[in-house]
Amino acid sequence: MIRNPKDLLRYTPAERANHWLVGICFILLALSGLAFFHPAFYPLAQLFGGGTWARILHPYVGVLMAVAFLSMFFRFKDLNRITPTDKEWLSRVGEMVDGSDHTMPAQGKYNGGQKMLFWLLALSMLLLTLSGLGLWRAWFDLPVGAVRFAAVIHAAAAVLMIALITVHIYAANWVKGTIRAMWYGTVTRAWAKQHHRDWYREMTGKP
Amino acid sequence: MALQSLDIARRSATTTPAPGARQTTAVAKLIDVSTCIGCKACQVACMEWNDIRDEVGSCTGVFDNPVDLTAKSWTVMRFAEVEENGRLEWLIRKDGCMHCADPGCLKSCPAPGAIIQYANGIVDFHQENCIGCGYCVTGCPFNIPRLSKEDGKAYKCSLCSDRVAVGQAPACVKSCPTGALQFGSKEQMQDYADKRVKDLKSRGFDKAGLYDPPGVGGTHVMYVLHHADRPELYRGLPNDPSISPLVSLWKGVAKPLATLALAGVALGSLFHYVTKGPNEVSKKLEEETEAES
Repeated sequence: MIRNPKDLLRYTPAERANHWLVGICFILLALSGLAFFHPAFYPLAQLFGGGTWARILHPYVGVLMAVAFLSMFFRFKDLNRITPTDKEWLSRVGEMVDGSDHTMPAQGKYNGGQKMLFWLLALSMLLLTLSGLGLWRAWFDLPVGAVRFAAVIHAAAAVLMIALITVHIYAANWVKGTIRAMWYGTVTRAWAKQHHRDWYREMTGKP
Repeated sequence: MALQSLDIARRSATTTPAPGARQTTAVAKLIDVSTCIGCKACQVACMEWNDIRDEVGSCTGVFDNPVDLTAKSWTVMRFAEVEENGRLEWLIRKDGCMHCADPGCLKSCPAPGAIIQYANGIVDFHQENCIGCGYCVTGCPFNIPRLSKEDGKAYKCSLCSDRVAVGQAPACVKSCPTGALQFGSKEQMQDYADKRVKDLKSRGFDKAGLYDPPGVGGTHVMYVLHHADRPELYRGLPNDPSISPLVSLWKGVAKPLATLALAGVALGSLFHYVTKGPNEVSKKLEEETEAES
């Protein structure tokens, strides 16, 4: 949907579909995975038809997420190269959190925080995939020492990913006018100018 | 289902106290390796009482049959030929669940009530609550539980909890023709083992002793070994077993810490919004861009 012909296209339909495929997988995996992690979360297994079904489904959804994530990784990796401006942005992230983002250095399509999120998510996805295969007893039978190591890695990487996604979802809600980029692809020019001025310049040719 | 007549000490994936109004005597099975003749009557009795029939295997050149524990073979005789003091020794060990006082399987299990530790010390799997994740296999320091390929549930020796609940000895003990298997209160078994160890020492096995490893809090299945200083001689019986530190980290301190961390991130975000307010596009910029176009 284009509310205003002046709006800027931030995500193509394919990029949005890819993002939401990863997002759905993440939600299913986090809910079922937490059920196995702490008894307080075990009732979440009921959402999947009980503990046994949660155990059966979790790894297959994991494989789907790994594939969808890899596709997204290749779509966005070049846009997420860390530059000196990003490092400056990151060193002053406190001002951003404090709510005074107008003093922050001008950013391209992604700011330093978004880029850090990208690379940390890629790292946790890689660790989760590899360790997850080691825990998948339906198909794999690794030496017990390796499985124990994989269990610790899987839990740690999962906690990291859930925390990162919580921040990701929060940031999208906190910065008004952001979520529509992932729903229907566009953002307003004012939004772009305020949050990603260099990208705004690139897209519009205006100062 | 947990047995009504046995009180529960611990229940997997449960954070509240288990019913424990009654005090129960701790029981134990004693396996005297030095008087075992390897007849496998215990394996047969286990199959009979528990009504399980494993696939018929094939001979692999040794006496072990079946060659390993399976979801349908809860106890297996393991034969070892070792040379000690220039003499051949044929060491035969009945392998199966050790019923640890601090069970790694129960610690790892994510399914509430799938693993029960009775107050008498028996660690029992309740397959109707089992989700088949295999975490018990990961947690066990003795490599005992086995996942069934047929139903995806984990199985192991129950120490005949159904028999013990009504005052009977486990089926394997009942069938042993030499008295190598004994069953009673843990205290009685320790006393009996003392006598056996003294006897073995008088016959030249000066390292004879009782295997009741403290690393897992002691076990409710114990061995009398002629070479208690080297349990690994008995087909890899672990020397000083304990729950792996990785398992303790994963299913111990990590659980509350990670839960708190995630709650902190979620609540921190909420309160950030409430205290700092949303990050809106400034009115001035909106008017500016409007004028530009």
